[in-house]
Amino acid sequence: MATVSSDLLYQDEIDGGKHWSLTLRRRTILRLIDREGGANVGMLFYNPANLLERYNAPDTLKCQHTFKLTAGHCLYSDMGRVFCSIVEDTAGWHDTVCGNSTKSLVAERWGRRSYQEYRNDWTQNGHDSFLVEAAKYGLGRRDLAANVNWFSKVRTERDGTLAFDPEAGRAGVHVDLRFDMDTLVLFHTCPHPMNPAAEYPRKPVSYELYRGDPAAEDDPCRTSRPENGRGFANNHLYHLCG
Amino acid sequence: MTKQSSLSLETAVYRKTVPAGDYWIHVVKAGQIFRIVDLEGNQAADTLFYNAADPAERYSAVDTIREQRNVYLGVGTRLMSTAGNPMLEIVADTVGRHDTLGGACSTESNTVRYALEKKCMHACRDSYLLAVAEHEEFGLTKRDITHNINFFMNVPVTPEGGLTFADGLSGPGQYVEMRACMDVIVLISNCPQLNNPCNAYDPTPIEVVVWDAAA
Repeated sequence: MATVSSDLLYQDEIDGGKHWSLTLRRRTILRLIDREGGANVGMLFYNPANLLERYNAPDTLKCQHTFKLTAGHCLYSDMGRVFCSIVEDTAGWHDTVCGNSTKSLVAERWGRRSYQEYRNDWTQNGHDSFLVEAAKYGLGRRDLAANVNWFSKVRTERDGTLAFDPEAGRAGVHVDLRFDMDTLVLFHTCPHPMNPAAEYPRKPVSYELYRGDPAAEDDPCRTSRPENGRGFANNHLYHLCG
Repeated sequence: MTKQSSLSLETAVYRKTVPAGDYWIHVVKAGQIFRIVDLEGNQAADTLFYNAADPAERYSAVDTIREQRNVYLGVGTRLMSTAGNPMLEIVADTVGRHDTLGGACSTESNTVRYALEKKCMHACRDSYLLAVAEHEEFGLTKRDITHNINFFMNVPVTPEGGLTFADGLSGPGQYVEMRACMDVIVLISNCPQLNNPCNAYDPTPIEVVVWDAAA
């Protein structure tokens, strides 16, 4: 699937255990790359024109009858619109039900490394990372929702038991998100909360921005399910009025 | 796993029937036992919890799923808050499985899931929004309407990562009961969904019952 149709606009790398945010315009493609294998990118999405509109994991999962996220899936807001769609994915499984690492979880599993002692090698956590990025836009605790964990695979047994797959993260895999509306993206590279690694996993992630094409009528994300066709119809109405 | 309650309705301090499509908002105190009864069967009770002392701390589906290492809720499940604190613990349950993945229906998600012209059908998030608008004393707004529990609903996940909506395991008179670990604001939308089998296309009433800690 040739999705990146134009020149690279921007590239950057974020070390493991860091956080950042971006406002991405409609039709931009964000490529995330797991450089070394075993990375995790926690991510939240908001409409910059109405911050009350945000990523809704339950709507995303139930309307596509899926527990995992991968190519062909759309990421929905609580207003029935598509923030972005996964136009390419070489990883195959991304989690959106296990939430974030927290200060106490990181301290319990990997020990506490303070800033005073370790400077930028301290051990940050996903929850506090989101709070910092959210506050830049006037958002707070009340605005954090269930996030995506890119590159992390958590499957379930028949009885519902969860199992984190530490073998799933492979070096060089990438996922391409085409933004189908303007979107505020908050993200961090802190470890997945179920990562069993003995040492705090500090895995770098590269990201690249490309100019993408709007979803055509036969776009695989639009046609992967009838629900997604209606999601794109809601985006169309939104942009007509915008 | 199912477990019967030893409590008798005669000793309850509060009982209320909530019709299909209505909401219920109420404070349950720490130590009190809170029961939801599926009066006619196959109903979905879409439920949110907030710390009454600090409503910015609220039920977190993802923290609950992760901490108990299971996607289904049942006896023994501790319902966790966004701050990592147990809010309530399920102490009795005659159904055996409850969903916290599927979220609440909304007019907007109905357009995606069923048809664009379903947008004016009554939905759970409308009930939530009316509840917070009519009860300003709790200080809640749309920001606070998050990822909820669907008591009595059955949403099986497959090892391959699929998700399905199955017939409910509940039936008339089945119930789930939980003990509050802190003072909690309970917000229920008794689901009006007419489009899916979660309530057999027939929304019906539920009953909510509260016992004091000494009961």
